[in-house]
Amino acid sequence: MWWLEPLAVALGLSAFGIYSFWAALQGDHYAWGPYLSPFYSPELFGNSSHALFGPPPSWWPAAFSMFGVELHIPFSPAFLILWAPLGFRGTCYYYRKAYYRSFFQNPTACAVGKPWKSYCGETAFPLILQNIHRYFLYVAIVFIAFLTYDGLKAFTREGPKDYVAGLGSVVLLLNAFFLAMYTFGCHSLRHLVGGHLDSFSDSASSCTRHKIWSGVTCLNERHMMWAWISLFWVGFSDVYVRLVSMGRIADLRIF
Amino acid sequence: MAETREFQVFRGDRSGGKMETYPVEVTPGMVVLDAMHRIQATAAPDMAVRWNCKAAKCGSCSAEVNGKPKLMCKTRLDALPADRPVEVRPLRTFPLIRDLVTDVSWNYEVNKKIPPFTPKPGAVWRWKQEDVDRVQEFRKCIECFLCQTVCHVLRDHQKQPVFNGPRFFVRLASLEMHPMDGLDRLEQIKEKSGLGYCNITKCCTEVCPEDIRITDNAIIPLKERVVDRFYDPIRVLFRKIFGSASLTKPE
Ligand code: SF4
Ligand code: SF4
Ligand code: FES
Ligand code: FES
Repeated sequence: MWWLEPLAVALGLSAFGIYSFWAALQGDHYAWGPYLSPFYSPELFGNSSHALFGPPPSWWPAAFSMFGVELHIPFSPAFLILWAPLGFRGTCYYYRKAYYRSFFQNPTACAVGKPWKSYCGETAFPLILQNIHRYFLYVAIVFIAFLTYDGLKAFTREGPKDYVAGLGSVVLLLNAFFLAMYTFGCHSLRHLVGGHLDSFSDSASSCTRHKIWSGVTCLNERHMMWAWISLFWVGFSDVYVRLVSMGRIADLRIF
Repeated sequence: MAETREFQVFRGDRSGGKMETYPVEVTPGMVVLDAMHRIQATAAPDMAVRWNCKAAKCGSCSAEVNGKPKLMCKTRLDALPADRPVEVRPLRTFPLIRDLVTDVSWNYEVNKKIPPFTPKPGAVWRWKQEDVDRVQEFRKCIECFLCQTVCHVLRDHQKQPVFNGPRFFVRLASLEMHPMDGLDRLEQIKEKSGLGYCNITKCCTEVCPEDIRITDNAIIPLKERVVDRFYDPIRVLFRKIFGSASLTKPE
Protein backbone atom coordinates (compact mmCIF):
# COMPACT_ATOMS: atom_id res chain seq x y z
CA MET A 1 0.00 0.00 0.00
CA TRP A 2 2.99 2.30 -0.36
CA TRP A 3 1.34 3.92 -3.38
CA LEU A 4 -1.70 5.09 -1.44
CA GLU A 5 -0.18 8.27 0.00
CA PRO A 6 1.47 9.49 -3.23
CA LEU A 7 -1.78 8.78 -5.08
CA ALA A 8 -3.89 10.68 -2.55
CA VAL A 9 -1.46 13.62 -2.69
CA ALA A 10 -1.50 13.62 -6.50
CA LEU A 11 -5.30 13.60 -6.56
CA GLY A 12 -5.57 16.31 -3.88
CA LEU A 13 -3.11 18.64 -5.58
CA SER A 14 -4.58 18.04 -9.05
CA ALA A 15 -8.12 18.71 -7.87
CA PHE A 16 -7.03 21.95 -6.24
CA GLY A 17 -4.96 22.95 -9.27
CA ILE A 18 -7.80 22.38 -11.72
CA TYR A 19 -10.39 24.14 -9.57
CA SER A 20 -8.20 27.16 -8.85
CA PHE A 21 -7.26 27.53 -12.52
CA TRP A 22 -10.94 27.46 -13.47
CA ALA A 23 -11.87 29.87 -10.67
CA ALA A 24 -9.10 32.29 -11.66
CA LEU A 25 -10.25 32.30 -15.29
CA GLN A 26 -13.81 33.31 -14.36
CA GLY A 27 -13.03 36.91 -13.40
CA ASP A 28 -16.55 37.15 -11.97
CA HIS A 29 -18.56 36.14 -8.90
CA TYR A 30 -15.54 36.50 -6.68
CA ALA A 31 -17.03 39.07 -4.35
CA TRP A 32 -20.31 39.57 -2.55
CA GLY A 33 -20.95 42.55 -0.28
CA PRO A 34 -18.03 42.63 2.14
CA TYR A 35 -16.80 39.18 1.09
CA LEU A 36 -13.87 38.80 -1.27
CA SER A 37 -12.64 35.42 -2.46
CA PRO A 38 -9.05 34.76 -1.35
CA PHE A 39 -8.14 33.78 -4.93
CA TYR A 40 -8.77 37.42 -5.81
CA SER A 41 -7.26 39.15 -2.81
CA PRO A 42 -5.68 41.64 -2.86
CA GLU A 43 -7.75 42.81 -5.80
CA LEU A 44 -5.46 45.34 -7.46
CA PHE A 45 -7.71 46.22 -10.38
CA GLY A 46 -11.25 45.02 -10.91
CA ASN A 47 -14.92 45.77 -10.98
CA SER A 48 -15.82 45.00 -7.37
CA SER A 49 -15.83 47.49 -4.52
CA HIS A 50 -12.70 45.79 -3.14
CA ALA A 51 -10.47 46.94 -6.01
CA LEU A 52 -7.55 48.94 -4.67
CA PHE A 53 -6.60 50.81 -7.84
CA GLY A 54 -9.80 51.01 -9.80
CA PRO A 55 -11.30 49.18 -12.77
CA PRO A 56 -9.57 46.60 -14.98
CA PRO A 57 -6.50 48.08 -16.64
CA SER A 58 -6.71 49.28 -20.22
CA TRP A 59 -3.31 47.76 -20.96
CA TRP A 60 -4.65 44.21 -20.66
CA PRO A 61 -4.42 42.92 -24.24
CA ALA A 62 -7.66 42.02 -26.01
CA ALA A 63 -6.01 38.86 -27.31
CA PHE A 64 -2.77 36.94 -26.83
CA SER A 65 -1.29 35.28 -29.85
CA MET A 66 0.47 32.03 -29.24
CA PHE A 67 1.90 29.82 -31.98
CA GLY A 68 -0.14 31.81 -34.47
CA VAL A 69 -3.39 31.21 -32.55
CA GLU A 70 -5.31 34.15 -31.11
CA LEU A 71 -6.38 33.57 -27.55
CA HIS A 72 -9.04 35.79 -26.07
CA ILE A 73 -8.50 35.69 -22.34
CA PRO A 74 -10.74 38.17 -20.56
CA PHE A 75 -9.12 40.05 -17.73
CA SER A 76 -9.35 38.47 -14.28
CA PRO A 77 -7.96 40.18 -11.16
CA ALA A 78 -6.69 36.75 -10.05
CA PHE A 79 -4.07 36.75 -12.81
CA LEU A 80 -2.26 39.67 -11.22
CA ILE A 81 -1.76 38.01 -7.87
CA LEU A 82 -1.98 34.24 -8.08
CA TRP A 83 1.70 33.93 -9.01
CA ALA A 84 2.50 34.77 -5.39
CA PRO A 85 0.72 31.92 -3.57
CA LEU A 86 1.60 29.61 -6.44
CA GLY A 87 5.29 30.46 -6.13
CA PHE A 88 5.14 30.26 -2.35
CA ARG A 89 3.54 26.83 -2.28
CA GLY A 90 5.50 25.62 -5.28
CA THR A 91 8.83 26.30 -3.57
CA CYS A 92 7.65 25.30 -0.06
CA TYR A 93 9.77 22.55 1.40
CA TYR A 94 6.70 20.45 2.22
CA TYR A 95 5.10 20.73 -1.20
CA ARG A 96 8.44 20.00 -2.83
CA LYS A 97 8.51 16.71 -0.99
CA ALA A 98 4.88 16.09 -1.92
CA TYR A 99 5.20 16.66 -5.65
CA TYR A 100 8.67 15.19 -6.03
CA ARG A 101 7.14 12.01 -4.70
CA SER A 102 3.68 12.07 -6.23
CA PHE A 103 4.27 13.65 -9.62
CA PHE A 104 7.96 13.22 -10.36
CA GLN A 105 8.29 9.74 -8.76
CA ASN A 106 11.58 10.91 -7.33
CA PRO A 107 11.12 8.67 -5.32
CA THR A 108 7.43 7.67 -5.23
CA ALA A 109 7.89 6.22 -1.76
CA CYS A 110 10.77 5.09 0.44
CA ALA A 111 12.84 2.07 -0.59
CA VAL A 112 10.75 1.37 -3.67
CA GLY A 113 12.36 1.36 -7.11
CA LYS A 114 12.11 4.40 -9.35
CA PRO A 115 11.77 4.86 -13.09
CA TRP A 116 14.65 7.33 -13.54
CA LYS A 117 18.29 6.63 -14.15
CA SER A 118 19.79 10.11 -14.02
CA TYR A 119 19.33 12.51 -11.16
CA CYS A 120 20.73 15.88 -10.20
CA GLY A 121 18.45 16.83 -7.30
CA GLU A 122 18.31 20.54 -6.64
CA THR A 123 21.83 21.22 -7.88
CA ALA A 124 20.96 22.42 -11.39
CA PHE A 125 18.49 24.59 -13.26
CA PRO A 126 15.50 24.67 -12.91
CA LEU A 127 15.23 23.13 -9.44
CA ILE A 128 18.12 25.18 -8.09
CA LEU A 129 15.65 28.08 -8.23
CA GLN A 130 13.79 26.53 -5.27
CA ASN A 131 16.38 28.38 -3.22
CA ILE A 132 14.49 31.66 -3.64
CA HIS A 133 11.62 30.37 -1.48
CA ARG A 134 12.24 33.07 1.14
CA TYR A 135 11.34 35.83 -1.34
CA PHE A 136 7.94 34.26 -1.89
CA LEU A 137 7.65 34.11 1.89
CA TYR A 138 8.10 37.89 2.13
CA VAL A 139 5.24 38.37 -0.33
CA ALA A 140 3.12 35.74 1.46
CA ILE A 141 3.42 37.64 4.73
CA VAL A 142 2.05 40.76 3.02
CA PHE A 143 -0.81 38.61 1.67
CA ILE A 144 -1.60 37.42 5.20
CA ALA A 145 -2.11 41.08 6.14
CA PHE A 146 -4.54 41.56 3.24
CA LEU A 147 -6.44 38.35 3.98
CA THR A 148 -6.74 39.21 7.66
CA TYR A 149 -8.12 42.59 6.64
CA ASP A 150 -10.60 40.78 4.34
CA GLY A 151 -11.55 38.42 7.15
CA LEU A 152 -12.27 41.31 9.53
CA LYS A 153 -14.00 43.38 6.89
CA ALA A 154 -16.34 40.45 6.30
CA PHE A 155 -17.87 41.22 9.71
CA THR A 156 -19.06 44.66 8.61
CA ARG A 157 -21.86 45.63 6.25
CA GLU A 158 -22.60 49.29 5.73
CA GLY A 159 -19.42 50.63 7.19
CA PRO A 160 -16.87 49.89 9.88
CA LYS A 161 -19.36 50.39 12.77
CA ASP A 162 -22.10 48.20 11.29
CA TYR A 163 -21.18 44.75 12.57
CA VAL A 164 -22.79 41.60 11.26
CA ALA A 165 -21.64 38.05 11.00
CA GLY A 166 -22.60 35.67 8.27
CA LEU A 167 -21.24 32.21 7.78
CA GLY A 168 -19.04 33.74 5.08
CA SER A 169 -17.47 36.10 7.63
CA VAL A 170 -16.39 33.12 9.70
CA VAL A 171 -15.20 31.26 6.60
CA LEU A 172 -13.01 34.16 5.51
CA LEU A 173 -11.59 34.85 8.95
CA LEU A 174 -10.74 31.18 9.38
CA ASN A 175 -9.12 31.31 5.97
CA ALA A 176 -6.76 34.05 7.12
CA PHE A 177 -6.05 32.10 10.32
CA PHE A 178 -5.25 28.82 8.55
CA LEU A 179 -3.05 30.57 6.02
CA ALA A 180 -1.22 32.33 8.83
CA MET A 181 -0.62 29.02 10.61
CA TYR A 182 0.82 27.64 7.39
CA THR A 183 2.90 30.69 6.53
CA PHE A 184 4.31 31.24 10.01
CA GLY A 185 5.49 27.62 10.18
CA CYS A 186 7.65 28.09 7.08
CA HIS A 187 11.13 26.59 7.20
CA SER A 188 12.66 29.73 5.70
CA LEU A 189 10.96 31.86 8.33
CA ARG A 190 12.26 29.52 11.01
CA HIS A 191 15.75 30.12 9.69
CA LEU A 192 15.36 33.87 9.32
CA VAL A 193 13.90 34.54 12.77
CA GLY A 194 16.59 32.65 14.64
CA GLY A 195 17.65 29.38 13.05
CA HIS A 196 20.67 31.04 11.45
CA LEU A 197 22.16 31.82 14.86
CA ASP A 198 24.70 29.46 16.38
CA SER A 199 23.97 30.63 19.90
CA PHE A 200 20.52 31.34 21.31
CA SER A 201 21.88 32.72 24.54
CA ASP A 202 24.79 35.06 23.93
CA SER A 203 22.80 38.30 23.89
CA ALA A 204 19.40 39.71 24.81
CA SER A 205 18.39 39.75 21.16
CA SER A 206 19.34 36.12 20.62
CA CYS A 207 17.20 35.12 23.62
CA THR A 208 14.23 36.93 22.08
CA ARG A 209 14.98 35.31 18.77
CA HIS A 210 15.05 31.93 20.47
CA LYS A 211 11.52 32.53 21.73
CA ILE A 212 10.29 33.48 18.26
CA TRP A 213 12.18 30.55 16.74
CA SER A 214 10.52 28.20 19.24
CA GLY A 215 7.09 29.53 18.24
CA VAL A 216 7.81 29.06 14.54
CA THR A 217 9.23 25.60 15.30
CA CYS A 218 5.98 24.66 17.01
CA LEU A 219 4.00 25.47 13.86
CA ASN A 220 6.73 24.04 11.66
CA GLU A 221 6.35 20.61 13.25
CA ARG A 222 2.82 20.51 11.80
CA HIS A 223 3.64 22.31 8.58
CA MET A 224 2.20 19.53 6.43
CA MET A 225 -1.07 19.57 8.33
CA TRP A 226 -1.43 23.35 8.01
CA ALA A 227 -0.44 23.15 4.34
CA TRP A 228 -3.40 20.86 3.62
CA ILE A 229 -5.91 22.56 5.90
CA SER A 230 -5.13 25.98 4.45
CA LEU A 231 -5.14 24.65 0.88
CA PHE A 232 -8.52 23.05 1.33
CA TRP A 233 -9.96 26.05 3.12
CA VAL A 234 -8.80 28.63 0.61
CA GLY A 235 -10.54 26.61 -2.11
CA PHE A 236 -13.64 26.21 0.03
CA SER A 237 -13.71 29.96 0.75
CA ASP A 238 -13.72 30.67 -2.97
CA VAL A 239 -16.52 28.14 -3.54
CA TYR A 240 -18.55 29.69 -0.74
CA VAL A 241 -18.21 33.30 -1.92
CA ARG A 242 -18.84 32.21 -5.51
CA LEU A 243 -22.04 30.33 -4.66
CA VAL A 244 -23.36 33.17 -2.52
CA SER A 245 -22.54 35.75 -5.16
CA MET A 246 -24.19 33.64 -7.89
CA GLY A 247 -27.29 33.39 -5.72
CA ARG A 248 -27.06 29.61 -5.53
CA ILE A 249 -27.00 29.64 -1.73
CA ALA A 250 -27.99 32.28 0.79
CA ASP A 251 -25.36 33.45 3.24
CA LEU A 252 -26.35 32.18 6.67
CA ARG A 253 -26.78 35.17 9.00
CA ILE A 254 -25.38 34.52 12.48
CA PHE A 255 -26.14 37.94 14.01
CA MET B 1 1.41 -24.56 21.83
CA ALA B 2 4.01 -22.15 20.47
CA GLU B 3 3.19 -20.53 17.15
CA THR B 4 5.43 -21.10 14.13
CA ARG B 5 6.11 -18.37 11.58
CA GLU B 6 7.91 -18.51 8.31
CA PHE B 7 10.99 -16.40 7.62
CA GLN B 8 12.62 -15.84 4.26
CA VAL B 9 16.18 -14.77 4.74
CA PHE B 10 18.76 -13.82 2.12
CA ARG B 11 21.65 -16.28 2.07
CA GLY B 12 24.65 -15.67 -0.13
CA ASP B 13 27.55 -13.37 -0.92
CA ARG B 14 28.71 -11.05 -3.70
CA SER B 15 28.86 -13.93 -6.17
CA GLY B 16 25.14 -14.63 -5.73
CA GLY B 17 22.54 -15.94 -3.34
CA LYS B 18 18.88 -16.57 -2.79
CA MET B 19 16.07 -16.30 -0.25
CA GLU B 20 15.93 -19.36 2.04
CA THR B 21 12.81 -20.24 3.99
CA TYR B 22 13.02 -21.09 7.69
CA PRO B 23 10.14 -21.95 10.00
CA VAL B 24 10.71 -20.43 13.43
CA GLU B 25 8.90 -21.09 16.68
CA VAL B 26 7.93 -17.68 17.98
CA THR B 27 7.01 -16.49 21.46
CA PRO B 28 5.28 -13.27 22.51
CA GLY B 29 7.47 -10.17 22.50
CA MET B 30 10.00 -11.60 20.07
CA VAL B 31 11.86 -9.28 17.69
CA VAL B 32 13.25 -10.12 14.25
CA LEU B 33 16.79 -10.42 15.66
CA ASP B 34 15.57 -13.09 18.10
CA ALA B 35 14.21 -15.04 15.17
CA MET B 36 17.56 -14.76 13.36
CA HIS B 37 19.30 -16.09 16.46
CA ARG B 38 16.84 -18.98 16.64
CA ILE B 39 17.59 -19.81 12.99
CA GLN B 40 21.31 -19.73 13.79
CA ALA B 41 20.73 -21.98 16.79
CA THR B 42 18.59 -24.51 14.96
CA ALA B 43 18.80 -24.55 11.16
CA ALA B 44 21.71 -22.42 9.94
CA PRO B 45 24.62 -21.97 12.36
CA ASP B 46 26.73 -20.39 9.60
CA MET B 47 24.27 -17.57 8.84
CA ALA B 48 26.05 -14.20 9.13
CA VAL B 49 24.22 -11.58 11.21
CA ARG B 50 25.80 -8.50 12.78
CA TRP B 51 24.53 -7.36 16.17
CA ASN B 52 25.83 -6.14 19.50
CA CYS B 53 23.49 -4.58 22.00
CA LYS B 54 20.02 -5.91 21.23
CA ALA B 55 18.80 -2.64 22.72
CA ALA B 56 18.58 -0.39 19.64
CA LYS B 57 21.65 1.51 20.71
CA CYS B 58 24.66 0.15 18.81
CA GLY B 59 23.29 0.45 15.27
CA SER B 60 24.73 -2.89 14.11
CA CYS B 61 21.66 -4.96 13.28
CA SER B 62 20.28 -2.89 10.40
CA ALA B 63 18.55 -4.90 7.70
CA GLU B 64 15.61 -4.65 5.33
CA VAL B 65 12.58 -6.29 6.90
CA ASN B 66 9.67 -6.76 4.50
CA GLY B 67 11.41 -4.27 2.23
CA LYS B 68 11.77 -1.55 4.87
CA PRO B 69 15.10 -0.58 6.44
CA LYS B 70 14.88 -1.36 10.15
CA LEU B 71 16.84 -2.33 13.23
CA MET B 72 16.18 -6.04 13.63
CA CYS B 73 16.36 -5.74 17.41
CA LYS B 74 13.69 -3.05 17.48
CA THR B 75 11.23 -4.70 15.09
CA ARG B 76 8.69 -6.78 16.96
CA LEU B 77 7.13 -9.70 15.16
CA ASP B 78 3.66 -8.74 16.34
CA ALA B 79 4.06 -5.49 14.39
CA LEU B 80 4.52 -7.39 11.11
CA PRO B 81 1.65 -8.88 9.07
CA ALA B 82 1.04 -12.45 10.27
CA ASP B 83 -0.44 -13.72 7.03
CA ARG B 84 2.79 -13.82 5.05
CA PRO B 85 6.41 -14.80 5.63
CA VAL B 86 8.74 -12.21 7.13
CA GLU B 87 11.40 -11.27 4.56
CA VAL B 88 14.81 -10.26 5.81
CA ARG B 89 17.43 -8.91 3.44
CA PRO B 90 20.77 -7.13 3.86
CA LEU B 91 21.00 -3.34 3.36
CA ARG B 92 20.77 -2.77 -0.36
CA THR B 93 22.91 0.32 -0.66
CA PHE B 94 26.14 -1.16 0.69
CA PRO B 95 28.35 -3.92 -0.73
CA LEU B 96 27.37 -7.33 0.56
CA ILE B 97 29.83 -9.34 2.63
CA ARG B 98 27.68 -12.36 3.41
CA ASP B 99 24.04 -13.14 4.24
CA LEU B 100 22.75 -10.17 6.26
CA VAL B 101 26.10 -8.46 6.71
CA THR B 102 27.16 -5.56 4.49
CA ASP B 103 30.32 -3.50 4.29
CA VAL B 104 29.44 -0.05 5.63
CA SER B 105 33.02 1.23 5.70
CA TRP B 106 32.30 3.85 3.01
CA ASN B 107 30.49 5.76 5.74
CA TYR B 108 33.59 5.90 7.90
CA GLU B 109 35.58 7.24 4.97
CA VAL B 110 33.03 10.03 4.49
CA ASN B 111 33.21 10.82 8.18
CA LYS B 112 36.98 11.30 8.00
CA LYS B 113 36.54 14.04 5.41
CA ILE B 114 34.52 16.20 7.79
CA PRO B 115 36.82 18.50 9.77
CA PRO B 116 36.27 17.68 13.46
CA PHE B 117 34.95 20.09 16.07
CA THR B 118 37.37 23.02 16.24
CA PRO B 119 36.75 25.36 19.18
CA LYS B 120 36.71 29.11 18.58
CA PRO B 121 39.77 30.80 20.03
CA GLY B 122 38.84 32.01 23.53
CA ALA B 123 35.54 30.09 23.56
CA VAL B 124 33.66 30.35 26.84
CA TRP B 125 32.90 26.80 27.92
CA ARG B 126 29.54 27.47 29.38
CA TRP B 127 26.31 26.25 27.77
CA LYS B 128 22.72 27.29 28.14
CA GLN B 129 20.03 24.66 27.84
CA GLU B 130 18.49 26.15 24.70
CA ASP B 131 21.80 25.78 22.87
CA VAL B 132 22.28 22.25 24.16
CA ASP B 133 18.80 21.18 23.06
CA ARG B 134 19.25 21.89 19.40
CA VAL B 135 22.55 20.06 18.84
CA GLN B 136 21.79 17.29 21.31
CA GLU B 137 19.18 15.84 18.98
CA PHE B 138 21.95 15.21 16.47
CA ARG B 139 24.10 13.47 19.08
CA LYS B 140 21.50 10.74 19.42
CA CYS B 141 22.65 9.22 16.12
CA ILE B 142 23.72 5.58 16.60
CA GLU B 143 25.23 5.23 13.12
CA CYS B 144 22.90 2.49 12.04
CA PHE B 145 23.03 3.90 8.49
CA LEU B 146 19.37 3.11 7.88
CA CYS B 147 18.99 6.66 6.59
CA GLN B 148 21.90 6.13 4.24
CA THR B 149 20.49 2.92 2.85
CA VAL B 150 17.03 4.33 2.23
CA CYS B 151 18.14 7.61 0.66
CA HIS B 152 17.37 7.33 -3.04
CA VAL B 153 20.38 9.47 -3.94
CA LEU B 154 22.65 6.70 -2.68
CA ARG B 155 20.35 3.72 -3.11
CA ASP B 156 19.15 4.30 -6.66
CA HIS B 157 21.67 6.75 -8.10
CA GLN B 158 24.89 5.69 -6.40
CA LYS B 159 26.02 9.27 -5.85
CA GLN B 160 28.46 8.12 -3.17
CA PRO B 161 31.40 10.00 -4.74
CA VAL B 162 29.61 13.36 -4.50
CA PHE B 163 26.98 12.93 -1.80
CA ASN B 164 27.62 12.37 1.88
CA GLY B 165 24.11 11.24 2.78
CA PRO B 166 21.72 12.15 5.59
CA ARG B 167 23.76 10.70 8.45
CA PHE B 168 26.54 13.13 7.62
CA PHE B 169 24.21 16.06 7.14
CA VAL B 170 23.23 15.37 10.73
CA ARG B 171 26.88 15.48 11.72
CA LEU B 172 27.57 18.58 9.66
CA ALA B 173 24.55 20.30 11.21
CA SER B 174 25.75 19.44 14.71
CA LEU B 175 29.05 21.15 13.94
CA GLU B 176 27.76 24.05 11.85
CA MET B 177 25.21 25.02 14.53
CA HIS B 178 27.57 24.42 17.42
CA PRO B 179 27.95 27.67 19.42
CA MET B 180 31.62 27.02 20.07
CA ASP B 181 32.74 25.66 16.74
CA GLY B 182 34.96 28.15 14.97
CA LEU B 183 35.22 26.70 11.46
CA ASP B 184 33.39 28.17 8.50
CA ARG B 185 31.85 25.04 7.03
CA LEU B 186 29.37 26.40 4.49
CA GLU B 187 31.73 26.14 1.53
CA GLN B 188 32.32 22.47 2.33
CA ILE B 189 28.63 21.85 2.90
CA LYS B 190 27.68 23.32 -0.45
CA GLU B 191 30.55 22.10 -2.59
CA LYS B 192 31.70 18.84 -1.04
CA SER B 193 28.85 17.29 0.91
CA GLY B 194 26.41 17.28 -2.00
CA LEU B 195 23.58 18.83 0.04
CA GLY B 196 21.96 20.09 -3.17
CA TYR B 197 21.31 16.51 -4.29
CA CYS B 198 18.94 16.01 -1.39
CA ASN B 199 15.40 16.74 -2.57
CA ILE B 200 13.99 16.74 0.98
CA THR B 201 11.68 13.79 0.34
CA LYS B 202 12.19 12.70 3.96
CA CYS B 203 12.74 8.94 3.68
CA CYS B 204 15.74 9.33 6.00
CA THR B 205 13.50 10.87 8.67
CA GLU B 206 10.94 8.09 8.23
CA VAL B 207 13.42 5.32 9.00
CA CYS B 208 15.58 6.89 11.71
CA PRO B 209 15.22 4.67 14.81
CA GLU B 210 16.37 7.54 17.03
CA ASP B 211 13.58 9.78 15.70
CA ILE B 212 16.04 12.45 14.66
CA ARG B 213 14.11 14.87 12.48
CA ILE B 214 16.89 14.70 9.94
CA THR B 215 15.22 16.64 7.14
CA ASP B 216 13.49 19.33 9.19
CA ASN B 217 16.18 19.98 11.76
CA ALA B 218 19.44 19.22 9.97
CA ILE B 219 19.08 19.27 6.18
CA ILE B 220 16.63 22.14 5.65
CA PRO B 221 18.39 24.46 8.15
CA LEU B 222 21.67 23.70 6.36
CA LYS B 223 20.05 24.40 3.00
CA GLU B 224 18.84 27.73 4.37
CA ARG B 225 22.35 28.62 5.57
CA VAL B 226 23.70 27.78 2.14
CA VAL B 227 21.04 30.04 0.61
CA ASP B 228 22.21 32.89 2.90
CA ARG B 229 25.73 32.59 1.62
CA PHE B 230 25.35 31.54 -2.01
CA TYR B 231 21.87 31.99 -3.44
CA ASP B 232 20.09 34.91 -1.77
CA PRO B 233 20.56 37.59 -4.45
CA ILE B 234 20.24 40.56 -2.10
CA ARG B 235 22.69 39.15 0.43
CA VAL B 236 25.14 38.21 -2.29
CA LEU B 237 24.92 41.76 -3.68
CA PHE B 238 25.40 43.27 -0.22
CA ARG B 239 28.43 41.14 0.34
CA LYS B 240 29.87 42.19 -3.02
CA ILE B 241 29.41 45.86 -2.12
CA PHE B 242 30.32 45.85 1.55
CA GLY B 243 32.90 43.09 1.59
CA SER B 244 32.78 39.42 2.44
CA ALA B 245 32.40 39.97 6.18
CA SER B 246 28.97 41.58 6.00
CA LEU B 247 25.94 39.37 6.53
CA THR B 248 28.01 36.29 7.35
CA LYS B 249 28.47 35.14 10.88
CA PRO B 250 31.52 36.44 12.71
CA GLU B 251 34.35 33.96 12.81
S1 SF4 C 1 15.48 13.83 2.57
FE1 SF4 C 1 17.34 14.04 1.37
S2 SF4 C 1 18.91 12.95 2.51
FE2 SF4 C 1 16.90 12.30 3.34
S3 SF4 C 1 16.43 10.46 2.19
FE3 SF4 C 1 15.47 12.15 1.08
S4 SF4 C 1 16.99 12.81 -0.45
FE4 SF4 C 1 18.04 11.49 1.04
S1 SF4 D 1 20.61 9.63 11.67
FE1 SF4 D 1 19.19 8.07 12.47
S2 SF4 D 1 18.99 6.63 10.75
FE2 SF4 D 1 20.77 7.87 10.31
S3 SF4 D 1 22.50 6.74 11.11
FE3 SF4 D 1 21.86 8.13 12.72
S4 SF4 D 1 20.41 7.00 13.96
FE4 SF4 D 1 20.66 5.85 12.06
S1 FES E 1 8.60 25.76 3.88
FE1 FES E 1 6.52 25.54 3.50
S2 FES E 1 5.99 27.60 3.35
FE2 FES E 1 8.11 27.81 3.57
S1 FES F 1 21.77 -4.93 18.10
FE1 FES F 1 22.42 -2.96 18.64
S2 FES F 1 21.01 -1.75 17.55
FE2 FES F 1 20.24 -3.73 17.20
